[in-house]
Amino acid sequence: MSQLSGLYAIWLREVKVFFREYSRLIGSVLTPLLWLVVVGKGIGASIEDDASFGGVGYDTFIFPGILCMTVLFQSVFYGLYIVWDRKIDFLKEVLAAPLHRSTIFLGKVLGGVTDSMVQVTIIVILGYFIFPEVTYTVRSLTVVYLFMFLLAVTMTSIGLIIGSRMESPEGFSLVVSLVVFPMYFLSGALFLKRNLTSEAPYLYWATVANPVSYAVDAIRYTLLRGDGGRPIEAFNEFGLALDFAVLGGFCLVLLVIGTWAFRTMRL
Amino acid sequence: MGAIETHGLTKRFGELVAVDNLNLDVAEGEIFGLLGPNGAGKTTTISMLATLLGLDSGRASVAGYDVIDKPAKVREQIGIVFQDPSSDDILTGHENLYLHGLMYGVPRAIIPQRVEEALELVQLKGREDDLVRTYSGGMRRRLELARGLLHHPRILFLDEPTLGLDPQTRQRIWAHIESIVAERKVTIILTTHYMEEADRLCDRLAIIDFGRIVALDSPQTLKDTVGGDTVQLEVVNVEAAATALENLECVSRCETRDGRLDVAVQDVAQNLPAVFTAAGEIASFSVRNTTLDDVFLHYTGHDIRDESAEGVAKHMHRVRSVNR
Ligand SMILES: Nc1ncnc2c1ncn2[C@@H]1O[C@H](COP(=O)(O)OP(=O)(O)OP(=O)(O)O)[C@@H](O)[C@H]1O
Ligand SMILES: [Mg+2]
Repeated sequence: MSQLSGLYAIWLREVKVFFREYSRLIGSVLTPLLWLVVVGKGIGASIEDDASFGGVGYDTFIFPGILCMTVLFQSVFYGLYIVWDRKIDFLKEVLAAPLHRSTIFLGKVLGGVTDSMVQVTIIVILGYFIFPEVTYTVRSLTVVYLFMFLLAVTMTSIGLIIGSRMESPEGFSLVVSLVVFPMYFLSGALFLKRNLTSEAPYLYWATVANPVSYAVDAIRYTLLRGDGGRPIEAFNEFGLALDFAVLGGFCLVLLVIGTWAFRTMRL
Repeated sequence: MGAIETHGLTKRFGELVAVDNLNLDVAEGEIFGLLGPNGAGKTTTISMLATLLGLDSGRASVAGYDVIDKPAKVREQIGIVFQDPSSDDILTGHENLYLHGLMYGVPRAIIPQRVEEALELVQLKGREDDLVRTYSGGMRRRLELARGLLHHPRILFLDEPTLGLDPQTRQRIWAHIESIVAERKVTIILTTHYMEEADRLCDRLAIIDFGRIVALDSPQTLKDTVGGDTVQLEVVNVEAAATALENLECVSRCETRDGRLDVAVQDVAQNLPAVFTAAGEIASFSVRNTTLDDVFLHYTGHDIRDESAEGVAKHMHRVRSVNR
C-alpha cells in the first residue's frame, strides 16, 4: 500500500514537472514535424514508384516510423534527468524514503512514459489532418497505443539505466546518441526491412535485433490501409503476435535490469 | 539496545579516510551532537547511518536494524534533513511536503493536516503555493526542515538544520525539536557549527576531527574539562606571562591567540588575584564563561566561527546554483 502511494508520488512529481516546462513540449513536436514535412515530402517527391513503400506516399509511409521516433527520442533522453537529480541532492530525499528501488525505478519509468505518450499524441492528432490514408479506429488506436506504450517503457528504461551510470549530462548525451541513432535508422522507420535481405543481410539482422523494429512493424501494419480499408500485407513483416511477444519481452528484461541499476546506483 | 550503535565504522574515499573507526552508542530519546570542522566526516557518517552510502568496515545499526543487512527496515524508521538543498525547486512548497508525505508512508487521509502543521511550524503559510525556486535561502531551509519532520520519524538525522536561519526561526525550531523529543521520545543525531545550538539541544556531544572522536560527553562536562571560566588578558610580556600562568595550580589551560592570552581558570572569584600577579603588567582583561567554542578550539585547534561563516556562504551558493 505504501509502495503504491510512493509510486504514485514519484509519477506525480514527474508529470507536474513535465507540464510546468512547456518548452520541452514544443521542442519535441517540432522535430517530428520537420521529418514528416521536409524529409517525407522531399524524398517522396523524388520517388517515382510507390511500390517499394507498399503503394502509399513516402510521407505517409514514414508516419508510423516518426511516431516511434518521437517516443524513442523522448523516452531515452528522459534519462538525462536522473543524471541531474544525482548531481544535486533531490534524489537523496527519494532514496532515503522507505520505498523499494523497484518502486522508485517504476515510478520514474511511468513518469517518462507519460511524457512520451502526451507528446506523441500531439503527432497522432496532427497526422489525422495531414494523412488521409491513416485510419484511426478504436481498434487501430488501441493497438497503436499499446505498442507505443511498450516501446516507451523499453526506451525509458534504457535511458534511466544509462543515466544511473553516467557522471555528467554531456557523457549521457554522447552515449545516448550512440544508442538511439542506430536504433532509429535500423528500425525500418524509413524503409521496408525486407528489402535489405538480399542487398545487405547483416543490416537486416541488425533490424531484427532492434526492439524498435517491432513497434514500427506493428504500428505501420495497423495504421496504414489500402483501398477499401484492407490491410497492406507488405507492411506485415514480423506479424503482430511476434511484435508483441518480442517488445513485451524487452520490456520485462529492461525493467529487471533497471531495478538492479537503481539498486547499485552511486550518488 | 541503543537507538543508534556503531562499531568501528569506517569510510574511505580513495586514500582519504573520511570516517575512521567510529564507535557511537546513542540512547533512545537522546539528542546527540556531532561537532567538528569542515571535512571532519559528519555528513559521511550520517549518510552511512541513513543507508545512502555503503561502509568500508565496521558495522552500524539504527533502531535495532543493521544498515547493510536491513536498509529497508532502517528507512522505515528515519527522517533526514540534508545539509545541501534537496527540495524540488520546480514544485511548490506545498507539493514538496505533500509528495514527501506520500513517499514516507503517511496515510493519505492525514497528509493535509500534517502539511498544515508543518507549514505553521516553519511559518511558510501564505507562500506554500509558490515555486520553491522563488524562495529565499532561509525559506528553502525551513521547508526542508518541515519536510524532515512531517512523517514523525522515530529517529531523525539533522545535518546542520538551522544553517542560514534567522535567530527567531532558530529559536522556534529548537523549541519544536525539544518538544518532539519530550513527547514522542524521538532520537536525534544533529550536526552543527553553532555552539549555542549544540549547547542548548544536545544531551551529549562528540567532537570529531579527521573522522575520529576526540572527545565525547555532555556539553557541561566538556566545558568543565576545559576549565572553569576563561580570563582573557592583554599583557605586556606575553611569553613570560604564559609560562608563569601555566605553573599556577588553578589554571587548567593557557592559549595564545592574536597576542592575547586565553586562560582557563577554576573558581575565578578566588583565584583572580593570583592570576594577575603571575601575568605581570596588564593592559586589559575580561572574564567570561567557558563556552563550547573554547572546547572546540581546545580539542581541534581550529576556531569554529570561521567555519560557520564559510558554511553559510557555501550553502547560499549551492541554493542559488541549484536550478534544473
Ligand atoms: N563523494 C565523495 N568523494 C570523495 N570524497 C568525499 C566524498 N564525500 C566526502 N568526501 C570527503 O570526506 C571528508 C568528510 O566529508 P564530510 O562531508 O563528511 O564532512 P563534514 O564533516 O560533513 O564537513 P562540513 O562541516 O563541511 O559539512 C572530506 O574530506 C570530503 O572531502
Ligand atoms: Mg557536512
